[in-house]
Amino acid sequence: MVEIQGGMYSPLYSLDSQKVKVQPFLMDAYPVTNSDFLAFVKKYPDWKKNSVKRLYADSSYLRHWANDTAFPQYLANSPVVNVSWFAAKKYCECEGKRLATTAEWELAAKASPTNKDGSRDTAFRQWIVGVLSKPSGSSTPSIGQTPRNYYGVYDLHGLVWEWTYDFNSALTTGESRGNSSLDNTLFCGGGSFASKDVDNYPAFMRFAIRSSVKARYCVPNLGFRCVRSQ
Amino acid sequence: MRFFTQHGQRLLWALGLSLLITACSDQKQAEPQNDVEEIQGQEIAVLTDPPSVPPPITRKHATKVIVNLEVIEKEMQMMDGVSYVFWTFGGTVPGKFIRVRQGDFVEFHLKNHPDNKLPHNIDLHAVTGQGGGAAATFTAPGHETQFSFTALNPGLYIYHCATAPVGMHIGNGMYGLILVEPKEGLPKVDREFYVCQGDFYTKGNYGDAGLQPFDMAKAVREEPDYVVFNGKVGALTGPNALKAKVGEKVRIFIGNGGPNLVSSFHVIGEIFDNVFREAGSVPDHNIQTTLIPAGGASITEFTLNAPGEFILVDHSIFRAFNKGALGILQAEGDPNKLIFSGQQDDRIYQPEGGAIQSMPEEPAPEAKPMTKEEKLTQGKNIYVSNCQACHQADGKGIPNAFPPLAGSDYFANDPSKAIMAVSHGLSGKITVNGKQFDGVMPKQNLSDAQTAAVITYVLNNFGNKGGEVNPEDVTKLRK
Repeated sequence: MVEIQGGMYSPLYSLDSQKVKVQPFLMDAYPVTNSDFLAFVKKYPDWKKNSVKRLYADSSYLRHWANDTAFPQYLANSPVVNVSWFAAKKYCECEGKRLATTAEWELAAKASPTNKDGSRDTAFRQWIVGVLSKPSGSSTPSIGQTPRNYYGVYDLHGLVWEWTYDFNSALTTGESRGNSSLDNTLFCGGGSFASKDVDNYPAFMRFAIRSSVKARYCVPNLGFRCVRSQ
Repeated sequence: MRFFTQHGQRLLWALGLSLLITACSDQKQAEPQNDVEEIQGQEIAVLTDPPSVPPPITRKHATKVIVNLEVIEKEMQMMDGVSYVFWTFGGTVPGKFIRVRQGDFVEFHLKNHPDNKLPHNIDLHAVTGQGGGAAATFTAPGHETQFSFTALNPGLYIYHCATAPVGMHIGNGMYGLILVEPKEGLPKVDREFYVCQGDFYTKGNYGDAGLQPFDMAKAVREEPDYVVFNGKVGALTGPNALKAKVGEKVRIFIGNGGPNLVSSFHVIGEIFDNVFREAGSVPDHNIQTTLIPAGGASITEFTLNAPGEFILVDHSIFRAFNKGALGILQAEGDPNKLIFSGQQDDRIYQPEGGAIQSMPEEPAPEAKPMTKEEKLTQGKNIYVSNCQACHQADGKGIPNAFPPLAGSDYFANDPSKAIMAVSHGLSGKITVNGKQFDGVMPKQNLSDAQTAAVITYVLNNFGNKGGEVNPEDVTKLRK
């Protein structure tokens, strides 16, 4: 795992008073792969493709696997996708880890290859917008092929979306215009124009994907990685 | 349904009450007629790709209409030689045309293809209700959502994606049109077409070849590189021109997806007999240019009285000729000299008292022919800005995509093949240095002198065997 220095994180829809202080933590350098996940389901058969409870994962769970213990060999080193939040959370707990909070994840993802705060780096941001513009396609590439970031973490951008522990706490409605009129200023500020950073399109996209899913959903380009408190 | 029914009844009461008080038949017609009808039967909506329109609705009753719309993110051509990753409703820009009848109960299914990267949703301007359905259809990749609505108001409406960042979703092509036909239907016409304008923001400038990413800064500044009809430069020209015959009544459903610009829609050489502005129910007559707001649509109708090529433009005219907002409606048929004669004469004109013409004192200097040295210098600059993106700085091209110019046997013995490629463009299978290529090179917008310079530069570099091309050589081949 890789150490991520702590810092202040401003949620996308937030007021100044709602900044979050993030303590230093350790993060997996790579997303969890199909091979990693295979070892997990062998040890915890309740989470096998055909045994999982529908309450915890919808019918797309591990859809790209041929059966309970097999997937196409070329996906061995690719991030596991089609996993629910429940499954991701369980995996991390069994490893003695946990899912990152959105604040932790975003803080780590703010780092460009050269700077722990890449948010002013237009080339870095344009690169992210570029990779996010393209469809995922039917096959997921292997881990570790995107540039290593300042901390030594790979694939936070440009490979798959990743579950966070509090993915559904943003209270956006999924349509960016309406959020300003929501009666939720007490909780999250609301409003795309009230947002800290209206130019940060990648952050809007991450918020969009997080708020489009429920914890039992299994999505073909949504995986996860784990973290641990120090 | 129950809500709408109750709501409709309340509305009827309110309508009746106001009629009793005012008792005026003119005002009765002006009131919106959006009460809820009984739903009979069910059907699956026929959806069409632009520029086609689903057939008119002949039913005399409301029905349940099931609409299945799939979101597909995919690479397509923005212009020949220029590609872009579009986000689409149904695989085209604009998305599928949806046609329902006023009073219909629409069950809407939005499907987000599993290969897509992003969540999407849809806001239909034809919907009365929260967000036009946006929040109700917020859909993760590999999921399908459903909601339903009653088409209360007749008219032509834009639909679009409204997922954050909404500008980028619309800017990548996520819009289309839904027509809610009035209960009595639309008057019969001979042809119906579906056209939608949109503006696009690319990293490279207009015409820069290759895959062009979205440029956020240009989008925010509202400075598009492309303003096009139906998602592509040339979507409605050449073999793709709209076709009709003299004497026919034509209806164009014209929308504007934006995201930023409003359109001054005009058909050169025609006058709209009817324009239903902004989905309104009362047409304006005899309109030359009609404004289509971003996120708006109008129905235009006209009869073709004369043959010819009628040109669809955004009359903010630089967009038409420099950014792509141009289409053609070809009308075939016999000329009617009384309506339009064509040119009848061209004679000398001498204003009275203006017999003495003053000549400019010195003739404009003719452009000096370039020396070979000058050609090589200028040619290098032209190469860098026009050719290098594909053929690369070392002239070696890119295997399987762009042929090499370095040591090329394609034009080694015949420089005119290079001239033809630059001045006319080149497409289809060719073999260069033993490797086959099958691509498209767009025609380059260069003068004869510039073309001569850049080819001279190529012939004398990259290990080619030298030579010189003159502007006259280019002029000859350009014909």
